[in-house]
Amino acid sequence: MARLIGGIGSSHVPAIGNALEQGLQADPYWKPFFDGYKPVWSWMEEKKPDVAILVYNDHGLNFFLDTMPTFAIGAAAEYQNADEGWGLKPLDPFQGDPEFSWHLIDSLVHDEFDVTMCQEMLVDHGFTVPMSLMWPKQEARDQVKVIPLCVNVVQYPFPTAGRCLKLGKAIGKAVASFDKDLDVAILGTGGLSHQLDGERAGHTNREFDMEFLEKLKAEPEWLLKYSNYELAEIVGPQGVEMIMWLIMRGALGNNIRELSRNYHIPISNTAAGVILFENDAV
Amino acid sequence: MKSLADTKPIPGTIIFDGDQAIKGYQLNKMCFSFNKAENRDAFKADEDAYCVKYGLTDEQRAAVKKRDVLALLNLGGNIYYLAKLTGMFGLNMQDIGAQQAGVSLEEFKAKLLAAGETKNG
Repeated sequence: MARLIGGIGSSHVPAIGNALEQGLQADPYWKPFFDGYKPVWSWMEEKKPDVAILVYNDHGLNFFLDTMPTFAIGAAAEYQNADEGWGLKPLDPFQGDPEFSWHLIDSLVHDEFDVTMCQEMLVDHGFTVPMSLMWPKQEARDQVKVIPLCVNVVQYPFPTAGRCLKLGKAIGKAVASFDKDLDVAILGTGGLSHQLDGERAGHTNREFDMEFLEKLKAEPEWLLKYSNYELAEIVGPQGVEMIMWLIMRGALGNNIRELSRNYHIPISNTAAGVILFENDAV
Repeated sequence: MKSLADTKPIPGTIIFDGDQAIKGYQLNKMCFSFNKAENRDAFKADEDAYCVKYGLTDEQRAAVKKRDVLALLNLGGNIYYLAKLTGMFGLNMQDIGAQQAGVSLEEFKAKLLAAGETKNG
């Protein structure tokens, strides 16, 4: 059976992609951010997951506002990155795992999660930045198959935090019932607090982010007491992306250890976070 | 929307809800087209003709002409789509952040750096 060996929460802003492209890891602006990924790199190097499930949101590359799925899962053998219009250089294609995708879809739909299934799906920086962050070298990225899970956090109403946590639990169940000898990691991306639009652009909220990170392991339900509208006020309309971390957290179950955590303001207009959990149950 | 009915407005913030999505549909559709280089070239060749082709309102066309991000947001633009438009003018997310906040780029960056140094940024 497939084993969910761990989960990572990570930011995904395009500026990180630029920094990676330009090799700015040691630059004073970037160092406190990239240093936070060292434990993740060591963990990936040691564990070498076969498959990653990557929870992210599209920012107007694959999905336009004509058709906006709440949850969409890739079921392709390969995922292409493409021009997003403002200059980030597209990365090489990513290898999928259609058999595993269809197992996930089958399991989730029978668990009452009505997901959108995508046999073709362009992936944008929300997906490629976390891939580059987890596996900075192309050779390492080529060793892992990846399944994109795209969440609507662009067009209100978004799925609730509670729904995200439940979806995560259903994903955990789906992984555990896949009859293949595979090590799987799940990545929840986006956030943490940030606001890109309006006169309040540049808003961050350290106190709330820190509490979110603190509660994520033992009490992820803590976030559920806020509606997405309330979260928009507290962490900024784009900070609400942190609900995608709950999908990762829900998938892991409760027998987990936190191996590392880092938090840094600012990366571009955002507060950036990274957290690494290992699953003790497998 | 009913889920937003009893909410108080968030200062300096526009929630991209159904009303905004309706208002900005053509504007965002135009911006979505800028994922393709040939469409960016066509826009640059004749900005207003491109806006007309996508059915933008007079107000939206004027706001595009002025590169006025706050006005475009109010007229239904979504920030991720507007980024594709402003990217063509050489403005990144920090440039348009500063523009919306009504401060210089240096002040905008300094505010973010300061948030990194305080307990309650």
